[in-house]
Amino acid sequence: MTPSSSIAAPGAVPGHEAHDDHGHHPSYLTDGTTVKSWLLTVDHKRIGIMYMAWILLFFLVGGIFALLIRIELLTPGPTIMDAMTYNRVFTLHGVVMIFLFMIPAIPGIFGNFMLPLMLGAKDVAFPRLNLLSLYVYLAGAAFAIWGMLNGGLDTGWTFYTPYSAHTTTTVAPVLFGAFIIGFSSILTGMNFIVTTHTMRAPGITWFKMPLMVWALYATSCIQVLATPVIGLLLLLVTAENLFSLGMFDVARGGDPVLFQHLFWFYSHPAVYIMVLPAFGVMSEIVSAFSRKNIFGYRAVAYSSVGIAFVGFFAWGHHMFVSGQSTFNAGVFGVLSMLVGVFTAIKVFNWVGTVYKGAVEFTTPFAYFCGFLFFTVFGGMTGIAVATVSLDVPWHDTYFVVAHFHFIMVGATIMAFLAALHYWFPKMFGKMYHEGWGLVSAALIILGFNATFIPQFLLGNAGMPRRYYEYPERFQALNVASTAGASLLAFGFVIIAIYLTYALIYGKRVDNPWNSKGYEWLTMSPPPTHNFIGPQPTYPEEPHFYVDPKKAEGEVSDV
Amino acid sequence: MSSAHVTPGSVPGPKLAAHFASLDVQKHAARLGMWLFLATEILLFAGLFACYAAYRFLFPEAWAASSRSLDLTMGTINTVVLITSSFTAAMAVHYAKEGKNAMVGHMNVLTLLMAVAFLVIKFFEYKHKFHIGTLPGRYYFYEGIQMPGAPLYFTVYFASTALHALHVIIGMTVLGFATVRAYRVGDFSANNYTQVELGSMYWHLVDLVWIFLFPMLYLV
Repeated sequence: MTPSSSIAAPGAVPGHEAHDDHGHHPSYLTDGTTVKSWLLTVDHKRIGIMYMAWILLFFLVGGIFALLIRIELLTPGPTIMDAMTYNRVFTLHGVVMIFLFMIPAIPGIFGNFMLPLMLGAKDVAFPRLNLLSLYVYLAGAAFAIWGMLNGGLDTGWTFYTPYSAHTTTTVAPVLFGAFIIGFSSILTGMNFIVTTHTMRAPGITWFKMPLMVWALYATSCIQVLATPVIGLLLLLVTAENLFSLGMFDVARGGDPVLFQHLFWFYSHPAVYIMVLPAFGVMSEIVSAFSRKNIFGYRAVAYSSVGIAFVGFFAWGHHMFVSGQSTFNAGVFGVLSMLVGVFTAIKVFNWVGTVYKGAVEFTTPFAYFCGFLFFTVFGGMTGIAVATVSLDVPWHDTYFVVAHFHFIMVGATIMAFLAALHYWFPKMFGKMYHEGWGLVSAALIILGFNATFIPQFLLGNAGMPRRYYEYPERFQALNVASTAGASLLAFGFVIIAIYLTYALIYGKRVDNPWNSKGYEWLTMSPPPTHNFIGPQPTYPEEPHFYVDPKKAEGEVSDV
Repeated sequence: MSSAHVTPGSVPGPKLAAHFASLDVQKHAARLGMWLFLATEILLFAGLFACYAAYRFLFPEAWAASSRSLDLTMGTINTVVLITSSFTAAMAVHYAKEGKNAMVGHMNVLTLLMAVAFLVIKFFEYKHKFHIGTLPGRYYFYEGIQMPGAPLYFTVYFASTALHALHVIIGMTVLGFATVRAYRVGDFSANNYTQVELGSMYWHLVDLVWIFLFPMLYLV
């Protein structure tokens, strides 16, 4: 922490000191400009920005792998690479996107940046631990990337045994990298839970927390409860791969299905680690751009916790064809569908919020619309694949690929981009070009649909996932999918261009949306200790809007 | 949430970090964080327990036979040593609250000595196993028990005891820091004992895990 900060006096009641006026106070961006002041910062906002830099880099890497896969599948036979390279490419696409992008993206960037602001806190509870989790994440990434550069691995991101125990490709460093990244995830989760419990400003009760905070809280609970199990599993498989201990190797008495149980015990809740923060972002955005208090605040808050809870009992739906009993399959199917109930609660409440709202169709709201479609469509296909009789023929086909891309990637990317556009002015105090924002949003939503709707059809027609070659009759749909992917990539390029431009030449703004979210109660970009002068008071609920279209200024509550 | 108005610099006093509202909140946050961390540690071992349960169910005879091949005496001594060390760790917290820094140091040194004793006994157990060949997976060459599933038992045995031993070493490091601070700085007092308390909590976890591992591996 820099000595120049004004609220650093220990024991001081926040905001009770005299301060110089608003405009002359340095923001967190300008408070210290040396490289060291960034690399060793304990400021949650700078840590969020550093997460952003790395996560966007990994997203680019994963995206390039995705395009390589799509180009390879353009023709039925070999197109640009050999089969072994293809196996490595789809594995690396999965590993990078899941472990290095999807899981840390929203909590790492926007959670870190917004959580303390939304709670009226000066920082997270353990700022140094927060910095540590960034470097632990990078250390894990370094291991994984080192493994990829030294041969890569061909197991798929699920590392299924016994194959992962025997393959001669470089499995161990990547597994160990994923283990280390898990540590980072646990530390961040712990930090967020403790922050939510102990750092709320006076006036912010549990049911006055913004819904983003509820979502991050539920996410953190999953991170803390599920990650240790996969941590152990990854250690065991690493040992198995290096020393042939036989833990999950049939030849030595081990049981690969046990591996699957332990793997999905984490990896299914991990889906909600990716999607729950997305739901949180959307609750903020739908309220801000409908200029209405969120419809059914408590239902939305509780349903986050409900999804987190039920998510732990759904893992067996990945194993319908692993030989588990019909009874087990039925139970896991029903438990999986319960997630759909909680998600539906959210969706209906969002729609209820938009209803009779004064909608402003901005870029974040455009992403909200895309998000609503992907969530409903992805969720419905989720109910379909949770039905045992349907999942048996669809299992390991492109139908499942399309399903999880819709719900995990579609919904999360929409929320990620919505958050990026909604909070860009908050984070940098600059505004981007709204027109280009809408154009790229349209491109991305269209491109995404064009990429993955053909994959539903491919899967239904029987094309298995992860196959290098396919029969002639699947080509038309594969070409459509690849075309969609290039549209999608084009959309991202546009975003990269206008956001970079806005970062340098953007118009100076403070709260361009007139948002009532708690995080906007301080200036944009925020000062080092988040608030200058008296700490804001919180007499109102979050998402509290007075409808400007109603002349009397009556409260447009639920 | 009472807001403690502690003036910075008053000795001996805990330091309030700039972002906390009060010392109470800071202490509460530290404890809550530690409890969460301990929960994740338990869950880490829970994965191993799940593996143990699954394989014991698959190979009941081989696992019972392998379990009987362990040295019960050494295991029992180790259990007693570790439980006693948990007592001295708790006493360190007691003395820290009373501000008796020398006694905090002494108690931690006793705890550390017992931790070393535990590791030494463990070392001899391991050495014996390397000698007779009760080893994990493909390294297994023990003639005494030739049943499918026996090598798997020793995979679980070595995985869980090695992971536990690693935690013993981490716990020793944590306690070591508190010991040095008790002797050198000596600022533990009724309102500043969080470091000793958290270290001791971690040590209780190490003890607790062993209390599960011991019956699981040696007795059942």
